[in-house]
Amino acid sequence: MKDFEDREQRTAALKGLGCSRKRVEDARFTQGKGNYIDDVTLPGMLFGDFVRSPHAHARIKSIDTEAAMKVPGVVAVLTAADLEPLGLHWMPTLAGDKQMVLADGKVLFQGQEVAYVVAEDRYAAADGVEAVEVEYEDLEVITDPFKSLESDVVLREDLEAGADGAHGPRRHHNHIFLWEEGDKDATAQAIGEAEVVAEEMVYYHRTHPCPLETCGCVASMDKINGKLTLWGTFQAPHVVRTVASLLSGIEEHNIRVISPDIGGGFGNKVGVYPGYICSIVASIVTGKPVKWVEDRMDNLMSTAFARDYWMKGKIAATKEGKITALDCHVTADHGAFDACADPTKFPAGFFHICTGSYDIPAAYVGVDGVYTNKAPGGVAYRCSFRVTEAAYFIERMIEILAIELGMDAAELRRINFIKPEQFPYTSALGWEYDSGDYHTAWDKALKAVDYDGLRREQAERVEAFRRGETRKLLGIGLTHFTEIVGAGPVKNCDILGMGMFDSCEIRIHPTGSAIARLGTISQGQGHATTFAQILASEVGLPADSITIEEGDTDTAPYGLGTYGSRSTPVAGAATAMAGRKIRAKAQMIAAYLLEVHDDDVEWDVDRFVVKGAPERFKTMKDVAYAAYNQPIPGVEPGLEAVSYYDPPNMTYPFGAYICVMEIDVDTGEWEVRQFYALDDCGTRINPMVIEGQVHGGLTEALAIAMGQEIAYDKIGNVKTGTLMDFFLPTTWETPNYTSDYTETPSPHHPIGAKGVGESPNVGGVPAFSNAVHDAFRAFGLRQSHMPHDHWRIWKTANNLGLHG
Amino acid sequence: MTEITLTVNGEARTIEVDPRELLIHTLRERLNLTGAHIGCETSHCGACTVDLGGKSVKSCTVFAVQAEGAEITTIEGVATPEGMHVLQEMFREHHGLQCGFCTPGMITRAWRLLQDNPNPSEEEVRFGMSGNLCRCTGYQNIVKAVLAAADEMNAAKEAAQ
Repeated sequence: MKDFEDREQRTAALKGLGCSRKRVEDARFTQGKGNYIDDVTLPGMLFGDFVRSPHAHARIKSIDTEAAMKVPGVVAVLTAADLEPLGLHWMPTLAGDKQMVLADGKVLFQGQEVAYVVAEDRYAAADGVEAVEVEYEDLEVITDPFKSLESDVVLREDLEAGADGAHGPRRHHNHIFLWEEGDKDATAQAIGEAEVVAEEMVYYHRTHPCPLETCGCVASMDKINGKLTLWGTFQAPHVVRTVASLLSGIEEHNIRVISPDIGGGFGNKVGVYPGYICSIVASIVTGKPVKWVEDRMDNLMSTAFARDYWMKGKIAATKEGKITALDCHVTADHGAFDACADPTKFPAGFFHICTGSYDIPAAYVGVDGVYTNKAPGGVAYRCSFRVTEAAYFIERMIEILAIELGMDAAELRRINFIKPEQFPYTSALGWEYDSGDYHTAWDKALKAVDYDGLRREQAERVEAFRRGETRKLLGIGLTHFTEIVGAGPVKNCDILGMGMFDSCEIRIHPTGSAIARLGTISQGQGHATTFAQILASEVGLPADSITIEEGDTDTAPYGLGTYGSRSTPVAGAATAMAGRKIRAKAQMIAAYLLEVHDDDVEWDVDRFVVKGAPERFKTMKDVAYAAYNQPIPGVEPGLEAVSYYDPPNMTYPFGAYICVMEIDVDTGEWEVRQFYALDDCGTRINPMVIEGQVHGGLTEALAIAMGQEIAYDKIGNVKTGTLMDFFLPTTWETPNYTSDYTETPSPHHPIGAKGVGESPNVGGVPAFSNAVHDAFRAFGLRQSHMPHDHWRIWKTANNLGLHG
Repeated sequence: MTEITLTVNGEARTIEVDPRELLIHTLRERLNLTGAHIGCETSHCGACTVDLGGKSVKSCTVFAVQAEGAEITTIEGVATPEGMHVLQEMFREHHGLQCGFCTPGMITRAWRLLQDNPNPSEEEVRFGMSGNLCRCTGYQNIVKAVLAAADEMNAAKEAAQ
C-alpha cells in the first residue's frame, strides 16, 4: 500500500497525462502581456494598407497613384505592374491554382486587393488608400455556382480554355474540377433497388472563421546581412518560410518566420495572403520593416471563407431502416480563385468521411468545384478538411430518412452504427476508422438527457400548440458524428509537396528541467501546458519544469503547423516518441550508474529501479545530471532527442450531442434549453482544456447554425462585412453546456490520443440545426437552409401555415 | 497635433496626439500599453475595453482628445502591488481564457462590473459582459470566473471587517 501511495504521489507531482493542469500561458495573457502581431514594433517601421475593389467583377481601366504619393507620410504605392517584374503579381494557392496578389487587369470579387499603400503610420496609409484613383468597367457578376457553370461569362481569363486544372479536366470555363470517390455504379444500383430512398438538397452556407484577432504580419528585410524576418499570424510558420523562399528566391536559411501569440485561428490563418507578399516586397523596396494588419472588414471580405457547399444527397434503406447506399453530389462554390486549404490530393478535403458513423455498404461522392465572383478561401473553419460539411450532410440525411421511414431518428442511428467489433473499419469511401464504440456513447447520451421523457414532453407540447395553449415548440437535435483528424500519413497527405508529418525536439538540461520545441503553433489550444504534460509522463520530469516553444523557424524543428486538429495526433505523437528516445538513452545511463545491465532496470514513473530491488534507483533528474557531468562508456554526453512523426493513419474522434431548443413560432426566436455533449477523443491529456475546447467549438457551431454567414447580394456586394451583421454569439444567447466523455484510445497513436478541438464544431452544427428542424417535424418540415436566424425560422413557421 | 493630459493607471501623462487619433492607438502606440487589443473597430467586440472615468468604454471608438483630463485604467493597471488581481487569478483557475486576445478587455470590463455590482447573479454577469466577445471559450468559464471572483472579493471584504 505504501508503495502504491508513493507511486501515486510521484505521478501526481509530474502533472502529466490526465491532469487538469492550470495553464502556464495565462499569467501573461491575463495581465496584458501577450505578444500578438500588432504588438510587434520595430524602429522605423512603416504601415501597409490595401486599396480594395468595390466591384465584384470589373475590368481595371487605369490606376492613378500620383495623388496618393503626395499624401503626407505616404512612402510608396505598389500595383500589379510593380510586382510583375518580380513575378509576384500572382501567387500559387494551396489548392494548385494561382491567385492575384494585386489586381492584374481585372477584379474578381468585392474587397480584392488592387494596390498596396505604404506609409509612415496607419493613418497616413489610410489617407493614401483614399487618394488612389482606380477606374473600373463593370462586368457581369456571377454569385450563383449553378448559373456560373452555364454562363458564357468567363471569370478566369488567365486560364487556358479547355486545359486541365490541377485536379484534372475542366468541363466549362468556370469549372475547377470534378473529384470523385466510391463506386458510382454499385451505389446507383443499390439506390435503384432500394425499398426506401430519401432525396434532398442540403446547403451548408458560406461563413468565415473570424478569429478575434485578424490576420497580419511584419516583414523586415535586413539588406546588410541579407536576412528576411517575417512575423505573422501563421498557423503553419514553417510552410510559410518554404513558400516565401520559393516565391522570393531568397534562400530558405536566410528567412526566419516567427508566429508570435496568435489571437485565435480557426483555419483563417492557414493560407498565404496578398498582404504577406506585399509587405515583404515593400520591406525589400523601402529597406524598412513593414507592418500590415487587416481590419475586420478586410478580414471578412477577403481572407479565407469557409463552407459554401450545395450537397445533393440520396440515401437508400430497407423498410426497417437499414441503410443500403449513400450518394452525394456537391456543387462547391470556391469563389474567384481555388485557394482551399486542403492536402494536395484532396480538392474536397476529407469530405468523403460523409458516411459518418454508419455502416453503409455502397457510397459515391462527386464534388464539382466552381468559380464565382466571391472571395477565395475554403478553409477548414474549426474542423478537419471539409469534415463539418460531411457531418452536416449525413446527419441531415439521417433525419430526413427518419421522416421518410416514420422512424425515431435516435433508433435509426443506432441500428446503422458501425459496431465495436467492426473496428478497424474500412468505409465504402475508403477510410480506415481506427477505433470507436458508438453504441456505448449513444446510450449514455440518451440516458443522460432522458430522451424518452423529452420525446413525451415534445409530443405534449405539440398537442398544446394545436390547442392554442402555447406558441412555443420544442426541438430535440440529435447528432452522432465521426471526425477524421491528424493529417496525415505522408504517403497521401501533403501541402505544396511538404509531407504532413510533425516534429518535436527535446533538450533535457543538466539540473533536470527541459525545453521542447515543436513544429506546431498554439492559437489558444494551450500547447505550452498540454505538450509538457505528455512529456512529463514520458520522461518523468514535472510538467512545471518543462518549457514548450513553438513558432520560430530558426529554433523549432520543421512541422506542418496547427489546424485540422492535427497537433495532438501528429505533434503530440512526435513528443511522446522523442520522450521515449530520451528514456532509452537514460536507461543506459541509469544502468551504468546503478552498476547493472541495461535490461536489469525498469521504468517507474520518474525513475529507473533495479528489478527486484526498488530501493536501488536513479531518478530522471539524477540521470540528466550524469549525462552532462560524467563520462559514460559507449554513450555520448548530453540528453537530447528529436522525433519526426509520420502517423500511420488518421485518428477518428467521435461524439454524441443532444440539443434541446425552445422556438417561438411568432418571432422566430430560439433558446437553447439544454445541450449535452459527449466526446470521445481517445486518451485525455488535460480534461480542463478539453472541456474548454468543447465549450468554444459548440459556441462557434451555435454561431454558424443560428445566424452567422457571409452573404452576397446579386451584384456581389458583401452584406455581412462587419460584426454588426456577421453574427458572433455573446454571453447572452450562449447557453451553458454539459460535457461528458467516453474514452476509446486510438490503437496507433503512441499515447492513444485523437484530438478534440474541432469535434464540437463538427458535431455541434448538425445538433443545433437538427433541433430547429425537429421542432417543426410534426408540422411537415423536411429541410430548411442554415443559418436559422429569427427571420428564417419565422419564414419556416409561416410557410408551414403556423401563423394562422 | 494636440496636447492632452490624462491619468493612466494612476500616472499623470501629457502627450501629443493627432486630433483624429483613436484612444486605442494612443494607448497602444504612444504609451506602449498593448494589453488592450483591436478586434473590430466598430465597438462590437470589446477587445479594446478600458476604464475611462469609472465606466467601461471601447477605446477603438473614442478619440484620444475626448480623454482629456480623464482617469483611465487599462489591464496593465488592474493588478495590485501585491500581485495579480483576484479576477486575473480566477480567469486562470476556471480556464476563462484560451487565445487570450479578448482577455484584457474581458477582465477590465469585469473589474468595473464587480465595482458597480459586487454581488451579481449569473444573469447579471451575462448581461453585463455581453459587450465583450470571445471566440474561444463559449463564455461558460468566463462567467464562472467572474462569479468566483465576486465571491472571493466579498469573502475578503468580510474577513477585513
